Amino acid sequence: MPYLGSEDVVKELKKALCNPHIQADRLRYRNVIQRVIRMSKLDQWGQAEVLNFLLRYQPRSEEELFDILNLLDSFLKSSSPGVVMGATKLFLILAKKFPHVQTDVLVRVKGPLLAACSSESRELCFVALCHVRQILHSLPGHFSSHYKKFFCSYSEPHYIKLQKVEVLCELVNDENVQQVLEELRGYCTDVSADFAQAAIFAIGGIARTYTDQCVQILTELLGLRQEHITTVVVQTFRDLVWLCPQCTEAVCQALPGCEENIQDSEGKQALIWLLGVHGERIPNAPYVLEDFVENVKSETFPAVKMELLTALLRLFLSRPAECQDMLGRLLYYCIEEEKDMAVRDRGLFYYRLLLVGIDEVKRILCSPKSDPTLGLLEDPAERPVNSWASDFNTLVPVYGKAHWATISKCQGAERCGPELPKTSSFAASGPLIPEDNKEREQELPDSGALMLVPNRQLTADYFEKTWLSLKVAHQQVLPWRGEFHPDTLQMAFQVVNIQTIAMSRAGTRPWKAYLSAQDDTGCLFLTELLLEPENSEMQISVKQNEARTETLNSFISVLETVIGTIEEIKS
Amino acid sequence: MISQFFILSSKGDPLIYKDFRGDSGGRDVAELFYRKLTGLPGDESPVVMHHDGRHFIHIRHSSLYLVVTTSENVSPFSLLELLSRLATLLGDYCGSLGEGTISRNVALVYELLDEVLDYGYVQTTSTEMLRNFIQTEAVVSKPFSLFDLSSVGLFGAETQQSKVAPSSAASRPVLSSRSDQSQKNEVFLDVVERLSVLIASNGSLLKVDVQGEIRLKSFLPSGSEMRIGLTEEFCVGKSELRGYGPGIRVDEVSFHSSVNLDEFESHRILRLQPPQGELTVMRYQLSDDLPSLLPFRLFPSVQWDRGSGRLQVYLKLRCDLPSKSQALNVRLHLPLPRGVVSLSQELSSPEQKAELAEGALRWDLPRVQGGSQLSGLFQMDVPGSPGPPSHGLSTSAPPLGLGPASLSFELPRHTCSGLQVRFLRLAFRPCGNANPHKWVRHLSHSDAYVIRI
Repeated sequence: MPYLGSEDVVKELKKALCNPHIQADRLRYRNVIQRVIRMSKLDQWGQAEVLNFLLRYQPRSEEELFDILNLLDSFLKSSSPGVVMGATKLFLILAKKFPHVQTDVLVRVKGPLLAACSSESRELCFVALCHVRQILHSLPGHFSSHYKKFFCSYSEPHYIKLQKVEVLCELVNDENVQQVLEELRGYCTDVSADFAQAAIFAIGGIARTYTDQCVQILTELLGLRQEHITTVVVQTFRDLVWLCPQCTEAVCQALPGCEENIQDSEGKQALIWLLGVHGERIPNAPYVLEDFVENVKSETFPAVKMELLTALLRLFLSRPAECQDMLGRLLYYCIEEEKDMAVRDRGLFYYRLLLVGIDEVKRILCSPKSDPTLGLLEDPAERPVNSWASDFNTLVPVYGKAHWATISKCQGAERCGPELPKTSSFAASGPLIPEDNKEREQELPDSGALMLVPNRQLTADYFEKTWLSLKVAHQQVLPWRGEFHPDTLQMAFQVVNIQTIAMSRAGTRPWKAYLSAQDDTGCLFLTELLLEPENSEMQISVKQNEARTETLNSFISVLETVIGTIEEIKS
Repeated sequence: MISQFFILSSKGDPLIYKDFRGDSGGRDVAELFYRKLTGLPGDESPVVMHHDGRHFIHIRHSSLYLVVTTSENVSPFSLLELLSRLATLLGDYCGSLGEGTISRNVALVYELLDEVLDYGYVQTTSTEMLRNFIQTEAVVSKPFSLFDLSSVGLFGAETQQSKVAPSSAASRPVLSSRSDQSQKNEVFLDVVERLSVLIASNGSLLKVDVQGEIRLKSFLPSGSEMRIGLTEEFCVGKSELRGYGPGIRVDEVSFHSSVNLDEFESHRILRLQPPQGELTVMRYQLSDDLPSLLPFRLFPSVQWDRGSGRLQVYLKLRCDLPSKSQALNVRLHLPLPRGVVSLSQELSSPEQKAELAEGALRWDLPRVQGGSQLSGLFQMDVPGSPGPPSHGLSTSAPPLGLGPASLSFELPRHTCSGLQVRFLRLAFRPCGNANPHKWVRHLSHSDAYVIRI
C-alpha cells in the first residue's frame, strides 16, 4: 500500500477497497471517498495516488460530480507537475458528459503545460510537448497564441525539435501563420539534414490550408540547390498537387532545374510522377525523362524504374511525338534486359496494352490528377476529448498511438488493450462500484463446473479435421439484432479463454465464426456461429470430443453469457 | 509501480542498481538500457523506451543517467518528478551528484533508496521524514581548495570578483552529521533567471522569455522560520498595477506548497519553515515585455565573394547593461559553412580569444563591461558549391551554413526582470551561537540567446 500520509488515510482507503458492506452501501462508500479527498496532509506522491485511485469512481449524480470537482480544484494549482496532470486527467474523465467543463480544465492546465515545455529538464519538456500535441488533436486553436514558446532553440536535442515542429504545424491559424512560416523557413536551412527535412514536411502540412504562401517558400528553397532540401521539396509538391490542385501551375513552373539535384530514390520517384501526370504543362518534361531513360541501365532502384514506365506512358499520351522513340527504347530495355521481374512485368503489361490500341491505354491510364477529398479523409477531424482522455498522463502520448499499439500487442492479448472502444465496459480496471455487474458475470465463467484453459490455439487444419469427424452435440438459437463488430466478439471470447479460429468480416452475409476452447481435462469444444441474412437470430452449433453433458452445458452457458452481453452492450 | 532503479555513469557503467519487485530481469537490464540508448535512431526520443514488456524512463543529471523501469502504464510526469527529486536528495546527502560522490557513498545511497521506495511505491521524499531513518554518514572528498573555484557553482561559490570569502557550500553535504550542525549555520538564497532570446536577421526581436527561480539551500536546523521580502512593486499578470511607475512585472508565479502566502498580497513577503536541504521557493515567468534592455546586441556584417569563395564576417557586439555591471564568460558560437578549415582574425582587445572548433567559430570574452562594444573581424575561405546563379555577385544573402549566432553568458548581480530580494530575515533563535550567515545572490544566465545572421 503506498504511503499516503498517515495511518488514518490508509485505514480509510483499506476500508473502502475491501469492505463489501461499505461498497454495497452507496452512501457510506461515498462518504469514505469524500473523506479521502479532503485529506490535506498528503504529500505530492500521496496526492497523485489518490487522484489515480479516484479515476475509477463514478459519481452518482451531477451534484456529487461537481462537489468532487470543487474539492479537487486546488490540486490543479499544485507545484508538482505529476499532481496537476493527474488532477487534469481525473477532471477530464469525470466530466466526460460535460464538454464545456473539459474545455475549461484544458484552459486552466495551459499554464502549467507551457511552463513544463520551457522547463530546464529536457525530459519533462518532451513529455509535456507530447501532451500538448494530444490536446491539439481536439482543440487545435488552444495554443495558437503561444506559438512563440514552441520555437526551436539551437541547443535542444533533436527529438525535442521534431516535436516542436509538429506542434507548430498543428497550431497554425490566420493570425500566426506568417510568423510560423518564417520560423519554419529558417529551420529549412538548418545544418542538420533531418531537421531541415522535418521542417519542410511541416510546411507541406500547413500548405494544405495556406497553399500560396507555402508554395512560394518551397519554390525559394528549390533555388538553393541543396540535395537534401530539393528531394524533400519535390516530394512535398507531389503530395500537395494531389490534394490542392490549384497550386499545380505554380509547382510546374518551379520544377524545371531540380532534376540535377536529386539522387535518392524517393525524390526521383516524386519528380518522375509529377512529370508524367502534369508533363503537358512543363515544357522540358520529355527531355528530363529522356535523361532518366538514358541512364536506366545504371539505375539501382526498381521503384524508380516502375515509376518511369508509368510516367513516360502517360506523357506519351499527351505528347506523342516527343516521347515515342524513348518509350520504345525503355520498353525494349525493360522487357528484354531488365532483371527485376516486377519492372519487367509492368513493361510487358504496358506493351501489350499499347498493342490493343491507344484508346484503351487512355482509358486505363488517365486517372484523376488530384483528389482533394483525400485531404478530408486523412486529416482526422477534431477528435472528441473523450477519445484520448484516459490516455492523458500515461505513457501512451509519449510513445505515440502507433508505437503503443505494437507494444500492447506484444504484451499479450489477455489484457483488454486500447483496441477496444472506450465506451464498452470491458475496460480492464472496472468501475469501483460495479455498475451492472456485466463484467463480473463474464470474467467468472461458471467457476464450479468448467475451467477453460487459456492460449491453446489449434491450427486450422486440426480444427477442420476434428470438426468434420465429430457429430453435433448441441444446437441452439439465440436472438440477435443489428450490426456488431467482430473484433469485439473476439475480444470478449478471449477474456473467457475461447479462441477464434476463423471469423467472417463484418457485414458479410451469411456471417460465420468458428471457435475452439479446451478445458483443463483436455476436453475440446468446437463451436460454429452462424448468422443468416434474413434471420434475426444466431445459430450456435457445438461439438465436443468427449461426451460429457455437464461440461457441455457449462460451456453453452458461458457462450450464452458472452453473446448476451455483447448483444446488450451494443444496443 | 517501479520495478527497478539504477544509476549509470556517462559511459554506461552501473554505479547503483536496486530491484524492488524482483519481477523483471536482473542486473543486465542496466547494460541493456545503455545499449538501447546508444543505438537509438536520431529522431526517436530516449526519454521513454520500451523493451520486452518493460518501460525505461530516465533523466540525465550532471552526466549521470538515473533510470527507472516499470511494467505498468504510469504517469510520466510523476516518474520524472520522482527522478528529479531523487537527484536532489542524493545531492543533498552526498554533497553533490557525480560519479565520484556516488561511488564513495554507495551505502548511503542504498539506504536512502530503501527508505524512499518500498516495493516500488514512493513512501516519502521529504528530507524531514528521512532524517529520522538515515544513519549512514556521507563521505566528503578532500577539503575545499581555492584553486578549485569555478564560477558556475551555485550556493555560495562566488566568482573571483567577490569580496566575500568563498564558502564550500556547493559541495558540502547538507544533511551531514548532527555533531557539527551547530557550527555552520548558513542559508543561501539564489534568484536565478534563464534568458531565452531570439532576434531575427533584420534586428527585430522575435521572442524573449525569462524563466526565474528562487532557490533556497538551508543548513539551518529544520523549522527555523524565515521571511523573504521581494520587491514591493512587483506585479503578477498583465493587469495588476502596484506602486508608481512601470514597476516590475512577471506573467505567472508559482510557489512551493510549503510557502505561506499570507503576507504576499500586501507586502510581497514569503514566509516559510524550510527543511534542511535544497528547495525551490518560487518560480516565475516573463515573456515579451522585458523592463530593461537586452544585455547584448550583435551587429554582424557579412561579405561574401562568391567567385573566390572568400567570406568576411565582421561582428560587433554591444553590451547594453548598466555601466557598473558586467557580463562574465561570454561565448559566441557561430556555425560556419561546411568545409571551412581555417580562419584569420582580428580582435579588438587582447583578452578575447577566438578559434575554430567543430565547424564553428567560438569567440570567448571572459569579461564584458556594461556599455562597452567589442568587435572582431574574421576571414575565411569557403570551398565548394556555388550559390544560386541568377542573383548577382553583390548579394547580401549569406552562404548556407553560416548559422545563427548563439551567445552564452552570465550576468552576476543582475536580474533581467528586475526582481530583487529585499531582505531575508530569520526568526530569533536564542541558540547562543554566532548569527547564521545569510547569502543572497542574484544571477541571470542565458538559456538560448540566438541572433540570426
